[in-house]
Amino acid sequence: MEAQKFVWEGAIPLQIHLHESQVTALPPPPPALILAPRIGYLPLLAPLIKPYFSSTLPPGVDTIWFDYNGLPLKWYIPTGVLFDLLCPEPERPWNITVHFRGFPGNVLIPCEGEDCVKWSFINSLKEAAYIMNGNCKNVMNMSQSDQLELWNSIMNGNLEAYQRVSSKHKLSTVDDEYTSLCLPKAQQSLGETNLTAQVKTDKCFTLRDALKILLPELFSDESLTNVKLSGVDFEDAVRNPNEDVSSDKVLEDQGQRSYKNPEAGNISNSAEIKLIRIQGIEPKLEIPFSWVANNLINPDYFLHICVYVKVGQ
Amino acid sequence: MDVLHWDGTLSAKDFRVGAFAFSQKWESLNSGFPPWVWVLSSKHPWLASPEEEGYLSLEKICISRPNEEDIDQISQIDTGEEEIGCPGNEDVIDDATLVQSSHHELHYCDFHIVYSSTFRVPVLYFRSYCSDGRPLPLDEIEKDLPACSSKELSKSKWTFITQEEHPYLKRPWFKLHPCGTAEWIKLLFLSDTAKPKFEVVLELYLLSWFSVVGQMFGLRTPFKISN
Repeated sequence: MEAQKFVWEGAIPLQIHLHESQVTALPPPPPALILAPRIGYLPLLAPLIKPYFSSTLPPGVDTIWFDYNGLPLKWYIPTGVLFDLLCPEPERPWNITVHFRGFPGNVLIPCEGEDCVKWSFINSLKEAAYIMNGNCKNVMNMSQSDQLELWNSIMNGNLEAYQRVSSKHKLSTVDDEYTSLCLPKAQQSLGETNLTAQVKTDKCFTLRDALKILLPELFSDESLTNVKLSGVDFEDAVRNPNEDVSSDKVLEDQGQRSYKNPEAGNISNSAEIKLIRIQGIEPKLEIPFSWVANNLINPDYFLHICVYVKVGQ
Repeated sequence: MDVLHWDGTLSAKDFRVGAFAFSQKWESLNSGFPPWVWVLSSKHPWLASPEEEGYLSLEKICISRPNEEDIDQISQIDTGEEEIGCPGNEDVIDDATLVQSSHHELHYCDFHIVYSSTFRVPVLYFRSYCSDGRPLPLDEIEKDLPACSSKELSKSKWTFITQEEHPYLKRPWFKLHPCGTAEWIKLLFLSDTAKPKFEVVLELYLLSWFSVVGQMFGLRTPFKISN
């Protein structure tokens, strides 16, 4: 599984600036240059970042948070996904701002530290397990030490350890025949679909087919007919989500209005997909979806698809 | 659909149907409480969604600070009142239930019932705040809960509270984690010896569900399941 290895080794170069309100000594400290793992989470970088700025911080309690161009960043979204979603033109290094005070509690869920991130991850994993198996038993039954080992494998980017624990708990089975598509989480001011479907797919089920099911409004009617013809019983799948299928992959989809047009136009007809990005790559839509799901998922068994949508006015 | 083979979950459409049935039943049973309101909302305002999405909302419910005499009392404050200097305003307060304590602030709670597509069940989102609008953190909210539910919270695997982004309002709210809901709802309906048809189950689903989760906050739902 070479592709998974590349994903786990992928990293985003960050140039982290301390927010001016937190600078107590002039000249302001230079930005910290940090390589952040794609599959990791921003608050986990706190131990690396703090030493750079500790001498200039005002006294008080630290609660780290980040913003990009003024947008507070959701810490429970993997770093790579944030980057793919917020930078249409990949910015290298990615310039973000760190804060240690003034946590925007009305907008962002609090994060007190590594434990918070770990629990968020476990909850995500439970959700994925629920979608795949109809229950979260395999995650709930994980021993404390296994949970810890799984979490540590992610913090350390240790793919082998991760695969050892996850296969032990039957978190991963790949099946070309059935795929479970589900809804995504919310993201900033961005849109999200909210559709659950269990679809019987054959080996020719492509990424495009998956996207048509999740965001049908963005594809014209002709393409829906094509979906039917290629062996996917689209309508039945959507109406009978209780069908007993062995599902194994979870899909998460995030839509975004074009970053340059912050006004939301309520126009469905002229909304079109401009760009699709998964783990930093722009895959051809003809790629079999099973390959995408197997190789590009995040450790919590969610596949994040970043979709750039142009909305007309 | 056969209730025996039902897994306890609802489709999004079922949820909408059930939500309307629930709000109607609620109005007829609980004249002391405001009605549940269906709020039309969309997660994709920039896409015209063919379905009407939304959630149920019940707001500004006063959760008094419990003391020895009044552990489970809930009273409702007229939402038209901006100024909350309630003690002494005889017109809007039910004297029998209000906890009077001049240095205790009144706490309020907003409840939203939102459909979860992942778990295919309703989820209770809530937030609590003081009369001046200041949001309350979880440990403060827990003090307002009936004593038994705080214990329940810590030991039950069915009910635990997480803080998450509200799916429609995009702000941090608390929610009762839904991962056990389908199982216990199914048990609830199966324990009824007369096996009801699914249509009946759907009508009573949210009422039954809320009668259980509402107890966390001391909200009693008086009702009978009738065939």
